[in-house]
Formats: sequence, structure tokens, C-alpha cells
Amino acid sequence: MSASTIVFYILAVGTIGSALLAVTANKIFRSAVYLLFSLIGIAGIYFYLNFEFIAAVQIVVYVGGIVVLIIFSIFLTHESGKDMEKPNTMRVIFSALSALFACLFTLFFIREQTFIKTLNASVEPTVKNIGRQMLSTTEHGFILPFEVVSMLLLAAMIGCIVIAIKSRPAA
Amino acid sequence: MNEIGLEHLLIVSTCLFFIGIYGFLTRRNMITMLMSVELILNSVNINFIAFNKYLFPDKLDGVFFTVFIITIAAAEAAVAIAIIINLYRHYKSIDVNDAEKMRF
Amino acid sequence: MIDSTYILLIPLLPFLSFLLIGLLGRTYFPKQCSIIGTLSLFASFVISLVVAYQYFFQIGQVNGIYQKITAFKMVWLQFSPNISIDMGILLDPISVMMLLVVTFISFMIHVYSMGYMHGDPRISVFYSFLSLFTFSMLGLVISTNIFQIYIFWELVGISSFLLIGYYYEKPSAVAASKKAFIVTRFADLGFLVGILILSFQSETLDFQTLIERLTTDTEYLNSATTASFFGFSALTWGLTLVFAGGAGKSAMLPFHIWLPDAMEGPTPVSALIHAATMVVAGVYLVARLFPVFSISAPEALNIVAYVGAFSSLFAAIIACTQTDIKRVLAYSTMSQIGFMMFALGVSGYGGEEGLGYTASMFHLFTHAMFKALLFLCAGAVIHYVHSNEMNDMGGLRKLMPVTHITFLIACLAITGIPPFSGFFSKEEILLAAYHSNKLIFAMGILTAALTAFYMFRLYFTIFWSKPFKSHQAETAHHGEAPGTMLLPLIILAFFAAITGLIRFGKYVSSDGAALISELHVDFSIAPVLIALLGIGIAYYLYKKENDTPQKLATGLSGFYKAAYGKFYIDELYLFITKGIVFNLVGRPIAWFDKNIVDGGINLSASTVGYISETIKKFQSGKVQDYAIYFFAATIGFVLLFIYLWS
Repeated sequence: MSASTIVFYILAVGTIGSALLAVTANKIFRSAVYLLFSLIGIAGIYFYLNFEFIAAVQIVVYVGGIVVLIIFSIFLTHESGKDMEKPNTMRVIFSALSALFACLFTLFFIREQTFIKTLNASVEPTVKNIGRQMLSTTEHGFILPFEVVSMLLLAAMIGCIVIAIKSRPAA
Repeated sequence: MNEIGLEHLLIVSTCLFFIGIYGFLTRRNMITMLMSVELILNSVNINFIAFNKYLFPDKLDGVFFTVFIITIAAAEAAVAIAIIINLYRHYKSIDVNDAEKMRF
Repeated sequence: MIDSTYILLIPLLPFLSFLLIGLLGRTYFPKQCSIIGTLSLFASFVISLVVAYQYFFQIGQVNGIYQKITAFKMVWLQFSPNISIDMGILLDPISVMMLLVVTFISFMIHVYSMGYMHGDPRISVFYSFLSLFTFSMLGLVISTNIFQIYIFWELVGISSFLLIGYYYEKPSAVAASKKAFIVTRFADLGFLVGILILSFQSETLDFQTLIERLTTDTEYLNSATTASFFGFSALTWGLTLVFAGGAGKSAMLPFHIWLPDAMEGPTPVSALIHAATMVVAGVYLVARLFPVFSISAPEALNIVAYVGAFSSLFAAIIACTQTDIKRVLAYSTMSQIGFMMFALGVSGYGGEEGLGYTASMFHLFTHAMFKALLFLCAGAVIHYVHSNEMNDMGGLRKLMPVTHITFLIACLAITGIPPFSGFFSKEEILLAAYHSNKLIFAMGILTAALTAFYMFRLYFTIFWSKPFKSHQAETAHHGEAPGTMLLPLIILAFFAAITGLIRFGKYVSSDGAALISELHVDFSIAPVLIALLGIGIAYYLYKKENDTPQKLATGLSGFYKAAYGKFYIDELYLFITKGIVFNLVGRPIAWFDKNIVDGGINLSASTVGYISETIKKFQSGKVQDYAIYFFAATIGFVLLFIYLWS
């Protein structure tokens, strides 16, 4: 067992463990922090796989953006330190069992499946390569989805403002 | 590093995915449900990256999809939180069982 | 050719007045409705007079034969190049004569109603219905087309329904109007089937073409007379069914039951519809198709003759026992229409043979005058006495002198005493029957005697008999009706007395050529004597109040009771409809429909309801429930795809 393997296992266990805690914690703020750890763990996995750019994006957007947003909304809607309401026991058991079953089934299926690796020359996922190909207008370029996503972001921004804006009380 | 294969990553992502599902089904708080959704999306991202890395290293498509998913997840989170806050103004609660007006 | 535009006005004026009064009258000018209606009818009458004058004396006759003139024609519905429903005006002697009769009688009734219906809050409704009725009747008589006549036929039916049910607060009036409508509708079913048969055989709906094809065209005639069904040709069936429709409107057996009940309507309505105009529609219809009846289907004509004669006698017997004066008159109407029917039935086509046809139309004409008069007199009496029952009347001759005299004239006319109008027409009918069929002649004579008896029974009971005792006042006051009611009485009495002197055969005959009928004095003696005998018996029994009639009734108890109960025809129909059709056929079917058919539908409906109630609960509004369903379904699909697909 090499050191890198150990690192991967630590990352994987940390990620999964903190994800489990995130969905089971009693206090919502703790839950958010566990989610934060889990997302950092995933970013670590990206680093481990040499996808530095994705790892950076993961940290910037998820850790720096979404989790902060979630924490803000928690502050807006909760009194801190209060326990969350307990879910229905029957539902917990049922959901756990079904999720476990589905998870085992999928794992079993992954075990059975044989994956075939392509034999073509590999491309390094450097920022340069990513940027080139994403913004290229040639055959395999991703400029169109890029633009569409930017439009989507704009629409989401406007939508958020419209939804969340406080409607003025009727005169 | 060679010892870590595609299956390892898939196992991690599968676990994350079903943890997310479990959270989505059991949590009554809408914000925590949103967190579960983020977990699910992240597990998908791991899958994309892993497949890109191990099966199709000649392309970067998995990377792009991951980037787009992250972007869309950010947008989705923003919209969801806007809705949650609006609901909170109405019901003074973000319990998902309180927002059940839309039914038969 | 007559300029058609003003002929159109004859039916259109009453129609316009119907629209005006019916739509606006009640709200805007309730008081003036009667005047509007009467004036429009008066205008119609005047135009009819002009048309009649032009037709009979100026342009109708070509080479001594009265032509059938289509004065106006417009295609309304085109079914195929050959068959279309037209709307038009057909002028021939009988339609022009009917135009005159209808507009004249209707005008008289309008005038009379001004007095009779005075103070009625719904007088505008009454006048609009009267106008509608007049319009439909005029449309009926000028029809060029067998389908047009059917349309107006039904319009007449509906306006009759409305007028009988005019006092809709009275349950009996409602029942009577329904009865009239249903019975005539039932008969009209036969009419409609008859129309279909005739038009199928002749491939046309137009009267003139139809008559021509079914009398002279051998090609059509062969196919129509050879096709056989239960031993009769298609043509005979068609004509018999058409006659069934006519019998329904004209209250012949076995469709007569509605007519006595129809007396629930206001008396002017009875006079107009159930005496002078509508009930002769059946006679008119047979006369309209008379060439076909006479030349191509003598069996059907025989049916007409026997039904007419039997109805006539039957109604006369019942009339002798009734005590409601309007019912007596109703049965007398039925009897007189029977006369017209059998006169048509015994008639031949053309020349001297066609005497019955002329006589029938003549009787139609004179009958309209004196029967309208009788009803209007009865209306005046009822107006005064406030009762329809004979027993409540008596000794009114001093109190109502004008009514008394006019009623007497009408009675003499209907009885057939010379020189009043009924004598001439009835004598012609009897003569025609005598030459053709002795059995029918015997029935006719018997009926004539009975007619004399029951009319004078009515007359003596109302105006002589015991002195009148008013219900309201202790002392009987002078009870003559207002002028608007007396004027029509006097005018009609005048015409009832003199119209017999018209040489009717000169104008109206079966083939259009003038028919010079001599007055057969030697022949007329017997009928007149028999009529006088009837009057004598009535005089003996009813001049003074006595108990002879009662004794007589007791002596003839069974027969009297049967006649009083109208020979239980109503009960028989009730038994058939209620006992057999409703109970034995209707109820099981209704049960089947309610329980099996509806049950099946309800079962499927409730099953769907139950299922939707159940699956409705899935739509709980709880997001996590949806997520569970979604998740479960996804797992299910994944399993399905993995294990079943490959």
C-alpha cells in the first residue's frame, strides 16, 4: 500500500464520513459545516486525480459560494443552536433501507461491469488546454454551451432577485 | 497511484449519491434538503472526472461537463435559496411539510 | 298571373301581428293588442276578398275551368334536383275559398274576443296566439307542397295546443292541451309516413306534380299501385296514412278524443279552431289530394267514407247525452266534419259524379259560418251564466234576445231547414251519398235526425225550459253581451242564413269545371221532414221542464250511460296506454334502463371515482413523498432496463 493510496483512502473516508454527518446532524449549522468538509474532500479527490483546475473551481464555487450562501440563508431563517425537528422514524428506516439497497445494487453492478479504456494519446487537463478547447469555435469546441450557461446564470440571477425581493405591502 | 482504479472512485461517488438520496428523503428542513442535492450533484461530478481520467484521457469532455454542472448547481442553489426565503416569509417556517398547498 | 306580393300579405299580416304582439305587446301596449290583431286580420280579410274576386271572376277561369295557379314559389330546401321543399302560394277554388273562410271567421273571432276576453290580464298573449294560429292556418291552405302543408299543419297543432292551454292555471286545461297535442301528434306520425310514401312513389313533393304523376302518368302509377303490402298497394297505404293525419286534426274516429276536451280553451278559441277552421284541415287535406284518392286509390277513399259516416253517427249519438253545452257543440262539430268526410268519400271525380266533392266543400263553407256562430252564442251565454252546464241555464230568451235569435238561426242552419245555409249543403251531401252508397246514406239521414234533435235540445234547454236563476243576483238582470260580441253574432247569423244561396258548384268542383247542381225538391223532402221530426221530439221533451227526458234516459239506461260516457273510448285508450303500454312494456323497460343500463354506467363512473379518489392521495403536496415515488420508480426502471432489456 503506497502513500498515495493511503491518501486516497483518507480522502474518500473523510468525504463520505462528513457527507453522512451532513445528512444526519441534528443542528443545521453543523450540517452545513460537514457539507463544507465533504466538498473540500471532493476537491481533494480532484487534486489527487491531477485535475487542479476542477479542484480550484470546486473550492471557489462550492466552498466559497454555495456553502456560504447556504450558511447565509441559515442565518436568515434559523435561530442558531436550535435542534432541527426529528424526521419520522418510519421514513428514516424506509429511506435508509432503500438507499442502502440501491447503493449495494449499484456497487454490485459496478463490480460486474468491465470498463474499456481508450487507447488514444491522452491530453493533459491543464488550464491552458481546458480554456483552449472550451472557448474554441471549431468542431469539438464548447463555446455554445458556455454561452448558454452564461445566459442561464443571468436568468437565474434575475429570477432570484424577482423571487426573493420583498413585495411592497399594498397601499 | 496505479492501485487506485476507476472502481474506487465509482464506489466513493455511489456512496455519496445515496447518502444524498437518503438526506433528501429524510430531512424536513428545506436547506438541508438542498445540501443533499449538492451532494448528489458532486457525486455525479466525481463520476464525470473519473470516467474522463480513466477511460477517455484523450478528451476533456468530462471536465467541461463538470464545469457546467458546477455552474448550474450554483445557479440552482441561488434560485432555491431565494424560493426558500420567500417561503419562509410566508409560513415563518422552512419545514417542507408546511409547504403543501400544491395538491389535489 | 296575379301579382303575388299582396297575396303574400294575407298570411304575413297575422304573422307580423303575432311577432309584434308576442314580442312587444305585453310590455309596451297591452291595451292595444286586441286592436292591432283585429286590424291586421281585417286587412288580411280585405285582401282575401280582393284575391277571391280576381280569382273567381277575372283570371281563374280558362275555358270554363278553374286553374290551379302557383302565385308565388320559392325553393326553401333542395334535397335533390327533383325533390325540394318549396314555400309558395297555390291558388285554386278550394284554397281561395278557405282563405276567405279563415280570414273572415278569424276576423269575426278577433272582434268577438275584444268583448269576451275584456279585462283578461294576458289578453296580449291571447291575441298573439290567435294571430299565430291564423297565420299557420292560412299558410296551410295556400301550400303548394305537401311538406309545406305538413309544416303549417304542425304549426296549427302547436298554436292549438297553446290556445287550449291558455288557462294554464286550470289543471284540466293543461291536461286537455296535452291530450290534443299528443293525440294529433300521434296521428301526424301517420301523415308523415304517408308523405314519405307518396313522395317516394311520385318522386316529388309538389302537389300539382304529385297529383299529375299519381293519376295520369302510367309509369309512376304502375309502380305505386303494384307494390303491395298486406294486400293493399303502396299508394293506398300512403293515402290512408295521410288520411290518418287528417283524421287526427279533424277529430275523426279513432282520434276524436281530444276534441271535446279541447273545449277547456276560451270559447272564441273553440269557435275558431275547433269549429270553423282547424278541424276542417283534415277535410281540406283529403280534398287537396282528392284526384289521387278518387282516381288511383278508391279503397282509401272508401275508408274515408266509412270513417266519416261512422264518426258522424257516433258523435251525434254522444252529443244527445252530453250536458256541457260546449261539449255538445264539439260533438256536433265532429259529426258535421264526418259529413264532409263521407261526402268526399262517396264522391267521384269530375262532372256529376263529383257532386260529393262540391257538397263537402260547400258544407265546409256553410258549417264554418253556423258553427262559429253557435260557439260564439254559446260563449255569450257562458259569459252571462258563468257555467258550461245546461242545467244551470234555461229561460234565457227574454234576457238575451239577440243571442237567442242568432242561436236559433244557427240551429236551423245546422239542422238543414230551408232556406238556411245548412239545408243546401247537407241536402247535396245526402244526395251524393244516396247516389253512391245506400248504407252511408242511411247513416247520414239518421245523423241528420239526431243533429236536429240534439241541437234543439240545446236550444230549448238554454232559452226555454225553466226560468233562469242567476247565481249571483236574486233577480235576473238583462244579460245581453257587449256590442263587440253581438256584432259578430249578427254578421255571422246573416251569413249563416244566406250563404246557402250561393251557387257553390259553379265555383268549386272536383275538376274545376262548373257543376250545376239542381235543387232536387222531391229528394229534399225526406231529410227536411226527418229534421223536423227531430226538432219536434226535442220540442216535446225540452220545451218545458219535465221529467220525460229523465225517464227516457232511465229506460235506455245501458245505452244512455255508454253514450254519456262517450262510449268509453277514452277509458279504452287509457287502458291501452296505461295498462298495457306503460305497465307491461314501459315499466320493465324503464326498470331495465334504470337498473341495468344506468347501473352499468354508474358502476363504471363510481369505479373511476374510487380509483381517482385513491390515486388522488398520491398528490399530497409533500415534496418528499414525490421524491420517494420518483426514487422508487427510478430504481424500478433501472432494474427493468438492466435485467429485461438486454
